[in-house]
Amino acid sequence: MDPFRFVAAADEHAARAAASAGARYLAGGTTLVDLMKLHVERPRTVVDINALPLTEIAETPGGGVRVGALVRNSDMAHHPLIRARFPLLSQALLAGASPQIRNMATTGGNLLQRTRCYYFRDTSAACNKREPGSGCSALDGCNRIHAVLGTSDHCIATHPSDMCVALAALDAFVLLSGPRGSRVVPLVEFHLMPGDHPERETAIEPGELITAVDVPPLGFATRSAYVKVRDRASYAFALASAAVALDLRGGEIRDARIALGGVATKPWRAREAERTLVGRPPDAASFRAAADAALAGARPRAHNGFKIELAKRTIVRALTRAGAMA
Amino acid sequence: MSKLHIETTINREPAEFLCEPHETVLSALRNGLGLTGTKEGCATGDCGACSILLDGRLVPACLVLAPEAQGRTITTIEGLSRGDALHPLQQKFLEHAALQCGICTPGFIVAAKALLDATPEPSEEETRYWLAGNLCRCTGYDKIVRAVLDAASEMKGSAA
Ligand SMILES: Cc1cc2nc3c(=O)[nH]c(=O)nc-3n(C[C@H](O)[C@H](O)[C@H](O)COP(=O)(O)OP(=O)(O)OC[C@H]3O[C@@H](n4cnc5c(N)ncnc54)[C@H](O)[C@@H]3O)c2cc1C
Ligand code: SF4
Ligand code: FES
Ligand code: FES
Repeated sequence: MDPFRFVAAADEHAARAAASAGARYLAGGTTLVDLMKLHVERPRTVVDINALPLTEIAETPGGGVRVGALVRNSDMAHHPLIRARFPLLSQALLAGASPQIRNMATTGGNLLQRTRCYYFRDTSAACNKREPGSGCSALDGCNRIHAVLGTSDHCIATHPSDMCVALAALDAFVLLSGPRGSRVVPLVEFHLMPGDHPERETAIEPGELITAVDVPPLGFATRSAYVKVRDRASYAFALASAAVALDLRGGEIRDARIALGGVATKPWRAREAERTLVGRPPDAASFRAAADAALAGARPRAHNGFKIELAKRTIVRALTRAGAMA
Repeated sequence: MSKLHIETTINREPAEFLCEPHETVLSALRNGLGLTGTKEGCATGDCGACSILLDGRLVPACLVLAPEAQGRTITTIEGLSRGDALHPLQQKFLEHAALQCGICTPGFIVAAKALLDATPEPSEEETRYWLAGNLCRCTGYDKIVRAVLDAASEMKGSAA
């Protein structure tokens, strides 16, 4: 790691005051410290925010849940409200990383975790995300793990989070607090597509602090599933994942939520696919049609074409699982 | 940059050390405090060899900055035995020959302790799922899982 100044912030005010240019907030550290060791992150100041009172999970009016930015991923996954109301979110969290990492990783840090693109993590490689304008080594390099949706000619890196995929399906909101006050950003707008500027990843502004995530009420989220497919049965990033929820009444799909991970440059909401399901029976043909719609815009590179069929089957598996729930 | 003075509790004893901000708890334990039982495998959170308990929670010491230890309670592999009496997990790892080169062993035992603290009677599936963050290149895992399950049943027997 490169040397830096360490500040343990006692409260939000102190944290924001210490967050000068070139500073980074430290939550669980499982992204930040990792990337500092690789010299990808070189903050001049590290502001430890772990003493801030952002560790609550609370019910919101109407049946939603507010999750503090410093709630650990393992605590969110096992919380009775999350398990009962948003099983897909609990499943997504438990599908991520290892017990050790989940015990440290926080809600806010998970939202801001960085891509696992090998070239991004290797300071000797050209990477537009790490060094704007230097080129993208993945376009014609090893791109088996890269995205097929939402890519640009400048970056094809996936957003690696499992949690964010479930939150995208649930229309969650990110609560931010900054020098210019508080604001709320829908999660599906929080992460940005790479476009011409892959170095811009989220809507967060310098110095802004994530304080919480709001998951609004969604009655039919009790009928939901998160399915993650990876190179081994546990402890690996997704090659493809799907978070789905189904509103089933009278043998007909009234409403649906579908979001994808592992295949897109941001947590990917598949609204087109959701629409194809409305008014149809919950059967294999409907699910396959939705999967085809979700991947209609996919653009593979040399090594990741397999992800298109894999993602479709992952969607069908998740919808089948949700559809079969009592 | 001047060194930071950190006060913690390690293995039930008060402990203090000096560190640079950019050191990790792992390097403070191994280099500063001479507690070399905790191993460094990958240094990137992937392998679990550096597993410790921080305020009772299982974490990878390689991703915790040393100054974050201020005021916290740490348990390492050295804190499991009582005098010469091995912890049941340590004893069962020996009996089942659940190790070869041994680099992963302290991490596995600390991780297994965290499992048994929360779930005294884990199923084999729960045990395997919990230990997924600990990598072993030698044993093929089976003997490790047997040792943990055997320790669990012995600990249950002695608690009754
Ligand atoms: C070995 C390994 C395996 C993993 N496997 C998976 C996996 O399978 N699935 C998955 O989804 N993830 C996986 N992860 C990633 C992990 O989920 C993230 O590293 C974690 O969620 C990040 O949270 P953190 O609290 O540790 O973030 P930190 O590292 O503390 O912070 C990350 C970034 O967010 C900023 N930040 C943190 N909190 C705030 C806040 N409140 N306000 C503003 N900025 C903030 C920091 O400044 C930093 O830039 C894995 C990680 C490792 C190391
Ligand atoms: S895909 Fe994105 S992150 Fe990876 S090398 Fe290209 S620009 Fe960098
Ligand atoms: S050394 Fe910490 S997880 Fe490998
Ligand atoms: S005994 Fe050698 S790595 Fe596990």
